[in-house]
Amino acid sequence: MSILEARELRRSFATTTGVLRRRTDPVEAVRGVSFHIDRGEVFGLLGPNGAGKTTTIKMLITLLLPTSGSATILGHDVVAEPRAVRRRIGYVFGGDRGLYERLSALDNLRYFAELYAVPAREQAARIGELLEMVGLAGRERERVEGFSRGMRQRLHIARGLLHDPELLFLDEPSIGIDPVGARELRQTISGLREQGKTILLTTHYMFEADELCDRIAVITRGELVATGTPAELKARVSAGSVLEVEVFDGLGDRLSVVEALPGVRSATVTTGETSQTLVVSIDAGADVTGATLDALHGIRVGRVVSRQPTLEDAYVELVGS
Amino acid sequence: MNGLRRSARVLFTLWWLQLKIVAVSAFDGILNVIYPLFFATTAFLMFGQSGNPEALVYAGLGAAVMGTWSAMATSASGALQSQRWQGTLELLVCAPTRLALAVLPVTAALATVALYSLVATLVWGRVVFGIEVQIASPVAFVVALAVTLASLATFGFLLSVTVVRYRTGWALGNLLEYPGWLLCGFLVPLDLFPGWVQWLAQTLPPTWGMAAIRSAAAGQTPWGEIAVCAGLGLGYAVLATILSERLVDSARRNATLALT
Repeated sequence: MSILEARELRRSFATTTGVLRRRTDPVEAVRGVSFHIDRGEVFGLLGPNGAGKTTTIKMLITLLLPTSGSATILGHDVVAEPRAVRRRIGYVFGGDRGLYERLSALDNLRYFAELYAVPAREQAARIGELLEMVGLAGRERERVEGFSRGMRQRLHIARGLLHDPELLFLDEPSIGIDPVGARELRQTISGLREQGKTILLTTHYMFEADELCDRIAVITRGELVATGTPAELKARVSAGSVLEVEVFDGLGDRLSVVEALPGVRSATVTTGETSQTLVVSIDAGADVTGATLDALHGIRVGRVVSRQPTLEDAYVELVGS
Repeated sequence: MNGLRRSARVLFTLWWLQLKIVAVSAFDGILNVIYPLFFATTAFLMFGQSGNPEALVYAGLGAAVMGTWSAMATSASGALQSQRWQGTLELLVCAPTRLALAVLPVTAALATVALYSLVATLVWGRVVFGIEVQIASPVAFVVALAVTLASLATFGFLLSVTVVRYRTGWALGNLLEYPGWLLCGFLVPLDLFPGWVQWLAQTLPPTWGMAAIRSAAAGQTPWGEIAVCAGLGLGYAVLATILSERLVDSARRNATLALT
């Protein structure tokens, strides 16, 4: 059963240029986005900066009105019934902001427990339970201004869960968190999934999406370009394999030579500190290793690896296409 | 009934927690006391030139309430802006509780802090300038003070929601500060102003609050003035509540909630 239905959501903004002769132009941030999320699902919304992820989320959590289209959450329209929607959703965003710095973690949770109508007699138990869940039990009386970014993020999640929402929006929750903190955060999100929470997650980290999401939608320039399970996306975009060749000299015009080889879907270069990596996406069944190395004749070559495509390969192809 | 009880609980808890936010900042605390004293001192020195003890008492009471006006006018207009900077404004808006219930405690906490400046000014006048403010009706005086502060909180509430869409809206508070000193009759009797100014002054709750405080101190009946002050304060609260809903709808349409 779908817990969220978005149909042809659109949102445009007016941008103004000039001082004396002001000109206002509309910019379409989201252009007809449709998707649904089933109960208990972790749904990833991936896309580059400015693709329309946050605008889409803000329409769904009732902070922005869509220019056209509609969306319902648990049967409630996000435009006509904002309060009913707000009672049923939680919203957590990444970064340092969104907490009262001068209050303790406990007081922050008390503050939002009141705003989110958590019954008075249940507040203490609920807050204690959530602090335990996010690993902040024992630190609750400390002021938030002394918290690390990882601790703040976990407190954010506790805040978003205070009223036990049926659907949780996590907008880039792991942004700027160190690897250990990010791993703890992923464990927290996994725990929520095991509890049966429905989650809409946006992230720039592909491994995070691959690990956590049941389904993923890729959005670019305001439009959804693909939707499916991580495995479907990988298969759909790159039914084949990936060849990585480490090179120590400039590639010059060899990149276009490799790109033109039969069986090669695309070729890109990533630059490291001491070398470059040529990433060649190959059609299913094709073997271009020999031909690629021939094309690189005269260039110092290091490690050569053939591997299955990752979600990141799929994402780069989808977003770049 | 449950709704009323819940609203009262939200208001009280949020007021208390907002008060904690303001109170833990030593810098803000000192500023809240020193800033009004600076202007009160100027007023005492000016009125002291008259050599009239009654004029000094007039200035003593006026300067005390003047500090609360200054604190509210300058802080309330920036209250929601600071929530926006902290990233909490969007969370207040996307909570199921009405925005009015989330904002009123913020300005109520500011009004409570303003009470410090009021007491500090009275003590300053007494200790440094020897101004003895005799309170003929202490009960009426305390009620007049409480109603004036409550109405200041609702005035701040209206001010804060009015400017929420504009990122430099805090500047409006600075603009209102000095005219408010004159319009509310803190230092100069309103009779000295033209009719239209007096008419304008009577739409401001602190004008009536100030009059009630003076009446209570002088042993006259302040209850009519207190009632008007309370009524106007309530009117401002209702207006701000309606406006807050409209402005949030407008901000959702125009995408101005997240402005930083």
